[in-house]
Amino acid sequence: MRVDVREKEWAVLMRAGNAGDAGSYQQLLRQLSPVLRALARRGLVRAGMADADAEDVVQETLLAIHLKRQTWDADAPIGPWLFAIARHKLIDALRRRGRRIDLPIDDFAEILSSGENEPSSVAADVNRHLGCLPAGQRSVVQVIAVDGASIDEAASRLSLSKGAVRVALHRGLAALAAKFRETEA
Amino acid sequence: MKTGDLIRALAADSEIRLRPPGQALVLALIPGVAIALGLFVAVFGLRPQIVALLGEPRLLFKLCLAAVLIGLSGALVLRLVRPGADVRSAALLLAVAPALLAAACLAEIFAVPSNEWGQRLLGANALFCLKSIPFLSAAPLVAIVLALRNGAPEHPALAGAGAGLFAGAIGAAFYAAHCPDDSPLFVAAWYTLAIAIVTVIGAVAGARLLRW
Repeated sequence: MRVDVREKEWAVLMRAGNAGDAGSYQQLLRQLSPVLRALARRGLVRAGMADADAEDVVQETLLAIHLKRQTWDADAPIGPWLFAIARHKLIDALRRRGRRIDLPIDDFAEILSSGENEPSSVAADVNRHLGCLPAGQRSVVQVIAVDGASIDEAASRLSLSKGAVRVALHRGLAALAAKFRETEA
Repeated sequence: MKTGDLIRALAADSEIRLRPPGQALVLALIPGVAIALGLFVAVFGLRPQIVALLGEPRLLFKLCLAAVLIGLSGALVLRLVRPGADVRSAALLLAVAPALLAAACLAEIFAVPSNEWGQRLLGANALFCLKSIPFLSAAPLVAIVLALRNGAPEHPALAGAGAGLFAGAIGAAFYAAHCPDDSPLFVAAWYTLAIAIVTVIGAVAGARLLRW
């Protein structure tokens, strides 16, 4: 039952996010991270790999959830949608690392451990792809992500229009997702 | 970069509204089908007296079958690009099209003496049909695959095959309005083969273009 309640809450947050409430959307992604982390760790361990790469998989999965958020049908349960994306990205990551595994049919119901904290140091993460972005996109992504600037603050700090910041941020994030796909880890 | 930092950037980007797959597909199909229609008018043209012939059951069946296949394959394609969606029921429903065609073939075999079967099967335009349906499907296929790049297919090649089937059905509907071979036997042999060609092309394209 607990899982059911949790997924309903995610669906509420996602609907609010899709309606333009960035705060709810951020809250959703923060709630998802520990669950995705537990899922990634378990998948890596099952494939006989170190779970130090888990954070890399978590970040790639969050990017995919974000960039494909329009493929969730707001009337459908959100759990199967999230799990399908997480599984797809995990299989992808394992394949790039030279492992082919068939993940057993699982779902979020088995992933209850929400106490998984972000590790303080990780083997690989989205940073290694930042350098590949065009300078304009890179600085916008960095100012907003690392320095915590809003769109408005980023615009004034980088002397750009708000529209230009939005476009650079969106393109930058899409490019990061593409870099994950291209690299052989 | 900390995962929390990445999340902040994602939230800042959430104001951009993305198009749901159904909407993206319809928007892409408008120019795709318009180009196919233009090519149809320029190269093929409607069959003479088609309106008068609409009472002819074989012609009517051929057109309705193409319409059924368009609807079913379109619904399947949309399921294929939504992670976690129920693909199985849409795929099973797709079997309605070959079942209808098999029933029509059976009816044709009873309605027509056996010495005419071969001629009905081969028709007058078999090779032309094989070339024309993929030709008319090309622009819709490009449009559909481009639209599906917005989606998130768990199996890119399969989603591409679905796109090929959908585009093949659209091409077949156009061609059906031109071709004088109306026998279900002809449709079963040549339309099926032509649509299969488009489906394979779609699968190959999907495997490359629909990864995400």
